[in-house]
Amino acid sequence: MAENHYDAIVVGSGISGGWAAKELTEKGLKVLLLERGRNIEHVKDYKNASKEVWDYPHRDQPTQEMKEKFPVLKRDYPLNESTMGMWADEQDNPYIEEKRFDWFRGYHVGGRSLLWGRQSYRWSPMDFEANLREGVAIDWPIRYEDMAPWYDYVERFAGIAGSRQGLDVLPDGQFLPPIELNCVEEDVAKRIEKAFGGTRHLIHSRVANITQPKPEQNRVNCQYRNKCWLGCPYGAYFSTQSSTLPVAMNTGNLTLRPFSIVTQVLYDKDRKRARGVEVIDAENNQTYEYTADVIFLNASTFNSTWILMNSATDVWPDGLGSSSGELGHNVMDHHFRCGASGDVEGYEDKYYFGRRPAGFYIPRFRNVGEDRRQYLRGFGYQGSASRQRWDREIAELNIGADLKQTLSQPGGWTIGMTGFGEMLPYHENRISLDRSVTDKWGLPVLAMNVEIKQNERDMRKDMVQDAVDLLEAAGVKNVQGEEDDYAPGMGIHEMGTARMGRDPTTSVLNRHNQVWDAPNVFVTDGACMTSASCVNPSLTYMALTARAVDHAVSELKKRNL
Amino acid sequence: MNRRELLKLITVATGTAMIGGNAVFAYSASDNGKGRFSARDTRLLDEVAETILPRTDTPGAKDARVGEFMTVFVTDCYTPQEQAIFHDGLVKLDALSRAEYDRDFLNLDAGQRETLVCRLDAQAKTQAASDGDPHYFTMIKQLTLFGFFTSEVGAKEVLRYVAVPGRYDGCTPYEQGQPVWATT
Repeated sequence: MAENHYDAIVVGSGISGGWAAKELTEKGLKVLLLERGRNIEHVKDYKNASKEVWDYPHRDQPTQEMKEKFPVLKRDYPLNESTMGMWADEQDNPYIEEKRFDWFRGYHVGGRSLLWGRQSYRWSPMDFEANLREGVAIDWPIRYEDMAPWYDYVERFAGIAGSRQGLDVLPDGQFLPPIELNCVEEDVAKRIEKAFGGTRHLIHSRVANITQPKPEQNRVNCQYRNKCWLGCPYGAYFSTQSSTLPVAMNTGNLTLRPFSIVTQVLYDKDRKRARGVEVIDAENNQTYEYTADVIFLNASTFNSTWILMNSATDVWPDGLGSSSGELGHNVMDHHFRCGASGDVEGYEDKYYFGRRPAGFYIPRFRNVGEDRRQYLRGFGYQGSASRQRWDREIAELNIGADLKQTLSQPGGWTIGMTGFGEMLPYHENRISLDRSVTDKWGLPVLAMNVEIKQNERDMRKDMVQDAVDLLEAAGVKNVQGEEDDYAPGMGIHEMGTARMGRDPTTSVLNRHNQVWDAPNVFVTDGACMTSASCVNPSLTYMALTARAVDHAVSELKKRNL
Repeated sequence: MNRRELLKLITVATGTAMIGGNAVFAYSASDNGKGRFSARDTRLLDEVAETILPRTDTPGAKDARVGEFMTVFVTDCYTPQEQAIFHDGLVKLDALSRAEYDRDFLNLDAGQRETLVCRLDAQAKTQAASDGDPHYFTMIKQLTLFGFFTSEVGAKEVLRYVAVPGRYDGCTPYEQGQPVWATT
């Protein structure tokens, strides 16, 4: 068994793991970054980045063979030819669905930072206070004020395009110039503003795509190809590869080890500290131990918790962090696929140039200010307007030259939007270890038992009806409300299972993301979340990670870890 | 436009969600009868597709090799049940042609092809309004439109394509007759 010591170990190389590696190495620590999957090198390994739809034999649609191989992925949009190889192998990495759970995983260097939607919003003060005010679950141990400087910090580095709006519900940040709305969206925004007396707003989406170059990071501004999920040869969107990993590498303090599945945190009972991690090499199945003074778990929400569940089981049968009885509990996601769309008359003489990796956003307005609903919390909308393409219905034309001619030109304008709703943290929504089923490496797998409840179902009615009302108020015609079925996980925003809190008897992590039972173990990915807000979570993971590293290094210096 | 919307599902102008596409279908794995298309089938599909999207002053379906694309897509992306409908459809199409004109479809003149395909289009639209199996012509038409407009020829010579726009302008003038952008 090989013995190797580092100052810090980071488990997982996605959005939060990349940040942990960057911050730790910049502060001078020697860091080992462990990634369970293969390496993907920036630009060089983005093999489809410049392909077009005609370069794929099935024009980017899934084959039956792909559907058989990816029975989970096929349930929604991610299964396509262009991103094959970017999603975890479902045969090698099974899990159990006590209730349906769509788990979309990226097991490679960069993780889902290569595939993410890039929508980047700050939480509001209201989000951090809601649990306490409403008596839901437990109080967050931090407030917006604790996070604001760290949001500033990560936004400046990552590069977030957006516009300042001065809204309490969606705090402004350190923005690069926004990606424009198109002319229909601009007008719809004005009409919504007027129709709802300035209580509802259609604004630029805030995205981690840079609209000005960042030469210090070797990143070129967005070229508007809208192919982000294939890896960007310009480094125009934030990913581990484009942004955090190069900085960490340049310090000379980073060792990256792909194909390294962390099986447990090694726990020292006497010191009540972790001493390292155990790793199985995914390629040769050998077991290795690495030791460190501090460990960051950023293996993605459920996998960070899986590692904890597998650790220190001689002390706590349900794993490190289970003394609270909350490890694995309080799973959240954002429920979505509710919204509306319709036709916009006019603007036949208007079009757009370039392909945006963005659209518009309508921040939460329910249960805000004086507004009170029969459910708690709220939702925001993401959407866009565009001119119809060749896949539109032309009732009066059937076949021939006229059909070809008509479909070759843009159709009328349509606009649509989808709500993303906050899901409450329910203790009984949980993941657990099932030792009767094992993966390719003989490791126990997770069993998912998660559902939405009445609060979310009530909210979904508003998510449809409010979308209809917003569009109708803006003069949109033929407005159709839509509710598509949603299963937990589909939002790809899984959160919770090792929540932060103020009390070790009700939470797994303290206010600096330290495991109460092993303060040199930090969990700063989605697992740490105490509630979910309705905004996309990744920016918050970045800020939490940078904040936790700052604390970790200061504690190390004081010899407190 | 974000990724979730972009890849949501492609509903081609047939009143039916894209068959074999990203949309979720009941699927049972079994022998999928690969390799059942003959060279003649490909020719037949090419000619039906060309009748739907003929060459004018711009390329047509045959220029984009839509027939060949259909055989690949049906074989690899359709369920066995869907494949059976498609294959039976080719037989039915020729049978209809013989019943009407005493000749295979490939031996019809352009006007006859148009008349016959128009009739199938009307039939298929009626069937699409009901809940049962899709009409084989719905499949052919979907794949013709999809195969043509997502082809390189279709994108570059019939629609407009810019590989690297380099900027986004949300409000540009549009003059009647300008093609639609090929990619989103």
